Amino acid sequence: MAAAAANPVVPYAEKERLFLEVKSDPRFADYLYGCYECGICVATCPSARFYDFSPRRIAQAAAREDVDLFYEQMNGEIWECSQCFSCLRCPRKNNPGGLITVMREVAVRNGLHTAKEALEGYSRIIYKIMSTGTQVSPDMIRPDAFPDWGPTAKQTGDNLELWRRAMPPDTMHTTTTSWEIDDKTLGELYFIWHKTGVMDMIKTLDESLHMILMDVMEEKLEEAGYDVQ
Amino acid sequence: MIPIEIRKAESDKPRARFERRPEDAPEDLREKAFELEAKGEWIVQRVPGPHAEVKTKYGKIKKIPLQHTWHHKSCGQCGHIPGYSTSIFWLHRRLGFDYNDPRDQTSCTAWNYYASATSNAAAQAAVAMRNFAAAYETGYFPIIHCATSYGHYKEVRSELVHHKELRDQVRDVLARMGRPFVIPEEIVHYSEWVHAVRHEIAKRKVLDLSGITVTVHPACHYYKLVQEDAIYDADVYGGARTAIVTGVVEALGARVADYSTWFDCCGFGFRHILVQRDFTRSFAVQRKIEVMREEANPDVTLTHDTGCVTTLDKSQFAGQAHQGVKPAIPVMSEAQFCALAMGAHPYRVCQLHWHAAEYRPLLEKMGIDWKERWREFEDDLERLKKEPGKVMTWDDVDAAPRPAPEHLAHGGR
Repeated sequence: MAAAAANPVVPYAEKERLFLEVKSDPRFADYLYGCYECGICVATCPSARFYDFSPRRIAQAAAREDVDLFYEQMNGEIWECSQCFSCLRCPRKNNPGGLITVMREVAVRNGLHTAKEALEGYSRIIYKIMSTGTQVSPDMIRPDAFPDWGPTAKQTGDNLELWRRAMPPDTMHTTTTSWEIDDKTLGELYFIWHKTGVMDMIKTLDESLHMILMDVMEEKLEEAGYDVQ
Repeated sequence: MIPIEIRKAESDKPRARFERRPEDAPEDLREKAFELEAKGEWIVQRVPGPHAEVKTKYGKIKKIPLQHTWHHKSCGQCGHIPGYSTSIFWLHRRLGFDYNDPRDQTSCTAWNYYASATSNAAAQAAVAMRNFAAAYETGYFPIIHCATSYGHYKEVRSELVHHKELRDQVRDVLARMGRPFVIPEEIVHYSEWVHAVRHEIAKRKVLDLSGITVTVHPACHYYKLVQEDAIYDADVYGGARTAIVTGVVEALGARVADYSTWFDCCGFGFRHILVQRDFTRSFAVQRKIEVMREEANPDVTLTHDTGCVTTLDKSQFAGQAHQGVKPAIPVMSEAQFCALAMGAHPYRVCQLHWHAAEYRPLLEKMGIDWKERWREFEDDLERLKKEPGKVMTWDDVDAAPRPAPEHLAHGGR
């Protein structure tokens, strides 16, 4: 009742549609066998120590098909999960972390504003991985980006180009990517993002980011002769 | 809270052997992969010889390739902890094992996937299979540097084995790129290779590590995700915990000290470490670093994953600023520690100047003259500065030391 009251403007049918989209994911049956509320998952969960978050509640809401609570979770606590999969200690072999992965995908795909809010500060990282092929890069270590990492962030940033030349692996003399990636390889990555529907997800999440990524990818895809329409 | 004295007494006792029942083991996905190959669904890339055999959680044998390996690199290692990747390559070179360091490799993209879910099962599987195809086409067998890549690829293998529709979709994507549809016989993490060759590493050590106390932090994605595939050894923790990292530390003659939050995550959090870092540093400091310090007082903490090294190393500064100055615990991968034990240069190979937590007292205790090594490295930097575009090579790494010019100062990192 409390869950329904918290989201009064969203029709039940819409909440149910989202629940069923999660439930129809092929992985759902692999991730949920029924929860008997032992709480072992909560005991192991790092996020449960700091947030109002419980992998047990995630499994319970899914198992009971509590659509209202499930919708509330999709709009809140799923983003507190640290995806460590410590909850796989579950004696029933449930995978609350895996359920959350699917719930997050559905939240992103459906453009939930809470997903957009959760990922607001993160879009540059999405741009980095999708366009360059590595998740992070040496030139991200700067004191304005990581002041809490201590004085080495400044030292690394000040000496970056020289320090990157001062290591023997010949693929790692890079600053804008973690290692040197072939153009052909990058073209294949772009093709994967297009053909598997990821670009559509990005468009729903952040239109500006989508536009920038499309611009970056267009030339390589054309050069490689990939038809992404 | 159990008093430290009782906990230490318990941990010093010889451990009972922990037996698991083979009938409790989940299905063997490797067998399923071979069945699908027999039906023409894909190619299974065999582990090349020579290989080592290790036991996993339920006593099954896992093949670990020793050489002819294609190194699936890690974003965070290569980007932010380059001594980690460099040490893995250096160990292979020192043990005489050939390897391929590819440019035809993308990130596994799992860091982003677990952080933001701005991807889906088909994309993640296609990225994995593209990388596996790239390895197969070189004739080298993939070995994976990051525990998250490793855990994620094991998840992908399970999804592909169990879901025909996903398999068909990904096969089609690969075919359009002209790539074969290949899955490796084993999904191997580099730390499993280190474990397999730990006695060879120990034979080549040049330092006495008997006075070094180590705490081990095992990566969640190594042993909690698809847990049946992790290495367990009856001689390490009596088989009750994964043997990874601990096995090689014991082989090197260092002392492994236990602590009560051994099973806890480091707090990396994927998205959290980048944009919600109060969680990561609070968890890392309060549940791991402070507990290790209080209960084990280690000289170093070793782990075998990108995210874990990053989290434990980089979180301590904020903790020290918040809670007063306490000695930092140096953090590195077991690969870097093995390399140091074998005489690797702490800066040219282990690249310790990229690490945040103070490590120089550890090097002194290990008998490494870090001041002289840093002078040599500064010498290297001076030479590289004079020639834009010039890079350090593997030949430079083991070059004989040059005399110190008068004007170069000692110290630094």
